[in-house]
Amino acid sequence: MGKVIVVTSGKGGVGKTTSSAALGAALAQNGDKVVVVDFDVGLRNLDLVMGAERRVVYDIVNVIQGEAKLTQALIRDKRVETLYLLPASQTRDKDNLTPEGVEKVIAALKSAFDWVICDSPAGIERGATLAMRHADVAIVVTNPEVSSVRDSDRIIGLLDSKTLKAENGERIEKHLLLTRYDAARAERGDMLKVDDVLEILSIPLLGIIPESMDVLRASNVGAPVTLADGRSAPALAYFEATRRLKGESLPVTLPGEKRGLLGKIFGRKAA
Amino acid sequence: MTDVLTQSRPIRLKGRSFLALALTPELPFADWLARLDALASRSAGFFLRRPVVLDVEGLDIDRAQLRDLVSELSGRGVRVMGIEGARPSLLGADLPPAMSDGRATADIEPPTADQQTETTDKPEPVAALAPAPAPVQAMPSMVISEPVRSGQSIFFPDGDVTIVGSVASGAEVVAGGSIHIYGSLRGRAMAGTIGNASARIFCHKLEAELIAIDGLYKTADDMEAGLRGKPVQIWLEGETIKAATLG
Repeated sequence: MGKVIVVTSGKGGVGKTTSSAALGAALAQNGDKVVVVDFDVGLRNLDLVMGAERRVVYDIVNVIQGEAKLTQALIRDKRVETLYLLPASQTRDKDNLTPEGVEKVIAALKSAFDWVICDSPAGIERGATLAMRHADVAIVVTNPEVSSVRDSDRIIGLLDSKTLKAENGERIEKHLLLTRYDAARAERGDMLKVDDVLEILSIPLLGIIPESMDVLRASNVGAPVTLADGRSAPALAYFEATRRLKGESLPVTLPGEKRGLLGKIFGRKAA
Repeated sequence: MTDVLTQSRPIRLKGRSFLALALTPELPFADWLARLDALASRSAGFFLRRPVVLDVEGLDIDRAQLRDLVSELSGRGVRVMGIEGARPSLLGADLPPAMSDGRATADIEPPTADQQTETTDKPEPVAALAPAPAPVQAMPSMVISEPVRSGQSIFFPDGDVTIVGSVASGAEVVAGGSIHIYGSLRGRAMAGTIGNASARIFCHKLEAELIAIDGLYKTADDMEAGLRGKPVQIWLEGETIKAATLG
């Protein structure tokens, strides 16, 4: 049985889709079988970021409504053969996602893949709650600024109350992925400090992804940043996050800082 | 250090509970009213000045019947202040409002014939109907051992709330008693909401958006800047919200 991960944030534009694609590609490069599912019905982006927009025939809504088989809708990545995409529909709206339909699709994907990564839409409505519903693990994507942090806090509250795991009295595993971190702005004090974000959200840190032109460049050529340039700073940060996701304990380093210098601060476990 | 935080006088909103006499009419109403008349004839002043609530739970009646009953009662000097257990369709603007969540107290003794003169001359005040004081009970409390997240609302009107963790921006804690937060208070904390002026708010780190005690409130803007980020307790002195650092 595979693990279901939801990549969520509450706020839009913080890097959910970029992170879903980058983590999916990083996991698949290790040989794991990975599917990335776009839950943003009506505003799909994942197909663009993964460079599959011209290969979409069927989507998740077709599968849920019985118009296509799951295998027909899955798109295999041309670069990494264990990486798949289940695209969202661009023409329908989120009401076409039914709880029963989503449950069936996730159950089927779970039995066929090692990792099922659900790219959540922004907001806290139907699309977002259905994306998190069946998750075993949540990755909360947050930018180091107050509105993103508060929205993430709201999402964590929902993860602890509205997911299947929470309703069964279990605890959903939650990780914080701090994205668009700008070392220069942090230096000037224009951004929230990593410590402040950790103190407010009190969930363990999965990684810090630096703000970088490489991310934009990768999106524009339709490749997850971990595939476009594996040596770039954001790609390296995503690779490290992937290793932590798989259970390795690595010290988190601040982008632009010497490794290990701040390990003491970030090594601590959040409450 | 103690700072006066209240300059203006905001409006107070409070809850209060009263003891009412609950009448349970039975069908047919004519017979029941006859029995009520018999009771009232022994003590003409029994219903005078007493708040009366009609309990119509389980009665199969329509709106016209209920309206008749209420007017029959008012013709006997019984003024109905509320109706309990009625379907919403049964009530309207011309009838007393719906009441719910009534709590039972000791039975009220109906007057006997020999009490007649006394009660006629001098109706008992409502307070005399209050049951003997209940045995001393421990104050109920609620303990939450995780952070209160943005958008969550903790509501506990019965007593104190203790939170081992932080209260996020956009979250709120409402307590009938005091609020204790072993973490940062970034959201709202409202203590003593059911009219308890002795309730207090304690927090490890004050970053609150709003604090209130017994209906008096202060927003972040009105709070003394020097208290931000400090361990603080907040209490009420008369109409004034006071705050001081702890330890």
